[in-house]
Parts: sequence; structure tokens; C-alpha cells
Amino acid sequence: MATLKDKAAIVGIGQTDFAKRLPEPEKTLACRAILGALDDAGIAPSEVDGFASYTMEETDEVEIAKAVGAGDVTFFSKVGYGGGGSCATLAHLAAAITTGQADVGVAWRSRKRGSGPRPWTGTAVQLPTPAQWTRPFGLLRPADEIGMLARRYMHEYGATREHLFNVALACRNRANQNPAAMMYERPLTREMYMTSRWISEPLCLFDNCLETDGALACVIVGAERARDCRQRPVYIHSAAQGLPAQHHGMVNYWNDDPLTGPAWTAARQLWKRADFGPQDVDVAQIYDAFTPLIPLSLEGYGFCRRGEGAAFTEGGALEIGGRLPLNTGGGGLSEAYVHGFNLINEGVKQLRGTSTAQVPGAGTCLVTAGEGVPTSAVLLRS
Amino acid sequence: MLQPVIDDDGAPFWEYAARGELRLQACAAPACGELRFPPRPCCPQCGSFDSEWRRMGGRGRIWSYVVPHPPLLPGYTELAPYNAVVVELWDAPRIRLVGNVVAAPDAPLNSVDPARLRIGAGVRVVFDGDGMPRWLLERS
Repeated sequence: MATLKDKAAIVGIGQTDFAKRLPEPEKTLACRAILGALDDAGIAPSEVDGFASYTMEETDEVEIAKAVGAGDVTFFSKVGYGGGGSCATLAHLAAAITTGQADVGVAWRSRKRGSGPRPWTGTAVQLPTPAQWTRPFGLLRPADEIGMLARRYMHEYGATREHLFNVALACRNRANQNPAAMMYERPLTREMYMTSRWISEPLCLFDNCLETDGALACVIVGAERARDCRQRPVYIHSAAQGLPAQHHGMVNYWNDDPLTGPAWTAARQLWKRADFGPQDVDVAQIYDAFTPLIPLSLEGYGFCRRGEGAAFTEGGALEIGGRLPLNTGGGGLSEAYVHGFNLINEGVKQLRGTSTAQVPGAGTCLVTAGEGVPTSAVLLRS
Repeated sequence: MLQPVIDDDGAPFWEYAARGELRLQACAAPACGELRFPPRPCCPQCGSFDSEWRRMGGRGRIWSYVVPHPPLLPGYTELAPYNAVVVELWDAPRIRLVGNVVAAPDAPLNSVDPARLRIGAGVRVVFDGDGMPRWLLERS
């Protein structure tokens, strides 16, 4: 059977500044990130013939391709479910390149979430959740929807706010090492966490990701071409999407086990096609729109068993030098929230050896997309 | 406050709710009869497009809950902190309904002290004047 294993590689990454407010529009930011990624790869924009992004991305291939000076484009796709689509953009491009539909693919995300509207404030539009069963009752925001699963998880498995703090702290500590992170100069203490305001009990301010303006992009080519590029290639070893049977999106309350989310489905597919397992992952970039997604994902991707995700975070396990260094650029909680694309670029930096919080000798990295919604994940290797 | 944006599949639920009845969609194929929620056109168990709306006992227990604080939408901000719960029905444990625990059928979303909420606490359904299902604590 044909597989994607190591057939395509990320050879360029680009990003803009991250801030609460950037003056330039999303299209300009997208172009800057994409041209930066192409320059990083040493590939001319005219060679780009494939694009992939998110359905929530406001800029489209037509506008982007003509602005950056792409050539004839023969593959383009968009993936749904917000941050659940991040890694799938790479999977789609890798599949397109491996099957000869394109040679040079660009994935991107540009978003003015920091200064622009938050999706949940829309009252006329139906969000991609079964809103009639949830929103009138005041379950309005993703923080409320995930908070509901978080309290149940804490109840069933004895997880506490100390565990959620471990997650927030690990991400903040890495951001404090990363000059590009929004929280670079803002250390977090246990006292700050425990006394911060509630957003949706049991989740407090520091359990929630940042609101960011910014854009990122990466460039993917076939393995053979990758060897001739300017940067050390980072191979896409395995990739998967995940929509579990009877899953309901972020309000996944209506099946046998609501706490078994899309991560489990994506993980089964991801590991089935990989030459290594969870114990061989040197560093992980796990989608962290909310802190409880980390223990859930640690279980889903097989780093520990069901119910052990919270305990896994103890003893500095997520810090540099720990069992599984996490979100080494600061993640969505403390670097930037751009629907998880910064996790992809950080994974590439780790495997190039250029992270601001480098894990010594890192050769494998798991990157995941939003858990709690139809999701995706990739295993990267150097 | 937001009103439900009702779709074709969900409409019967709200029509029954307006009459003070908690009814859920069930497969009407004789060999199946599986309940399903949220409503959808056909049965994921057997594929039948025949469905009926089965009257439920209206008792359950709190599966989980949150207490939202601002920033929220107008109408909700004024009530915060309030509660939103997921209720597991006694007669169909896999069916869970999002709602609010209130002190009386027409009492506001913040009429019960959140400190009184517990996972596992027994609740029973009531309907407010607009036909919205609400939940009362069994032991109050």
C-alpha cells in the first residue's frame, strides 16, 4: 500500500509578529508569512502550485496566489472545524505532492483574532455546533463547552486545578524564552493562576489561550526536492485526521464516552502508519486552546492511559528536561493563538535545532490540532 | 437572551416542549427503537427514516456543569455568574441535555447558588413560560 511516510518535507517556515493588534490587514499578513516561508526555503513564489488552509481562513487562494506571484496552481484545499484543521493542511499537501498533483505546496493561516471579533459573539450565524441545544442555555463560548468536559474529567479522574496550572506554567515558561511570544516578558506564578478571574468555572483566565493578530505559513515539497533546499528538511512521517463515530463537535455530550474525543481516532491512524511510537517522541506541540485539552490529548495520543493525563503533568514532565517537553514556543496559551499554526512552525524549529527552548538532539515531534473538534495530527522527524 | 435557532430535525422537540412535554426522537423501526439525540433524519443504528417522539420521564442527574463569567452576550452578562448543566436522563443515560438548574420554572438562570450544584445530583425537568426546559433540584 502507498503511504505518505517521509515522502514530503517541510522546507520553509514564515511568520509575522504576534500582537494583540497589528495594523496591517489579514491579506497583507498572510503574504508576509508566505513570502517569508518561501524565502526560508529558497524557493521562488512562481514555483508554488499547491495551497491548503482552513475553512475559517478569510484570505483565499485566488487573492493569495496572485499577490505572492504563484504560478499555475493545480491543487488547493481547505479544512474545516477551526483549529482542528491545522495539521490536516500539511496532510492534504503531502498527499497532493506524493500523488503528483502538485510540487510546491504552501499552507497558511492569517488571523486578526486579537483585534477582530470572536466567533462566539455572532448571534445570527450558526456556529459549527448543534447550537439550538446549547447556546440558549448560556453555553455560549468554547470555554463553556470545554469547561463542561473539564469538570467531568476532573470528577471522574481526580484531576485538579494544580494539574491545569502545570500545563499553563509549562507553556508560559517556554514563552518566557521566546522573544516572539506575546507573553515573553510576562512570567506566571501559581499565586497569579489560583487568584485569577474565572472565565467559566472550572476554567480561569490562564486556562484560556491568547487573542492574537498574526500569520504563519510553511512550504512543503517532495523528499527528493527537499534535500536540495536551503534548510534541513523536516519530514512528514505520518499524518491523520480524526472524526470519531457519533462525535458532535465541541459539545460532544451525546455518546457513550464524551471524554474520548477525536484525538483517539487521529492517534490510532497516526501510529498505525508510523515507524515509532509515543515513547519515541522527543518533543510535543499539542493544541492548547484550553489547558484541559493537554491531559485529554496526552491520553488520546497514547502517552499515558485513560485518566492518567493529569497525573502525567506532575513533576515537571512538560518542562524542558521532563518526560515530554510541551509547546516549546509557548503554544496557544502563551506564544500566540493562530489556530495552532505556530505549533507546526515550532515543531519544525525543534527538528532543525533552532528553537528558543531547544530540546537537545530532538529528532521526532508530534504536532496536534484542536482536540474536542474533528481534528488532525502529524508526526514530524528530522 | 438567545432563542433556539430551530432546524427541521429539531422542530418537534420544541413543539412538544412548548406543550410542557419532554419528548425525544426514537427510531420507529419495530426491530430497532433506538433513541437518538440530537435529532437527525435517519437512525445511525439501522438506517430507518421512520421516527417517533417518545415521552421521557423527565428525571435525571447532573453529569457536569459550568459557571460562566463575563465576557458574555447581552442578557447573559447581567445574570452571571449563572449555571449551565448537562443532565443525564435516568431512562436513557446516553442522552444528555444541556440546560439550567433554577429555583422555579420561571426563575432566572442565576436563581440557584452554584455551591449547591454537584455532579450526580438528581434533577427533574420543568418548562418555563416560553417552553424552554429547565431543571429543578430533586432535593431542595
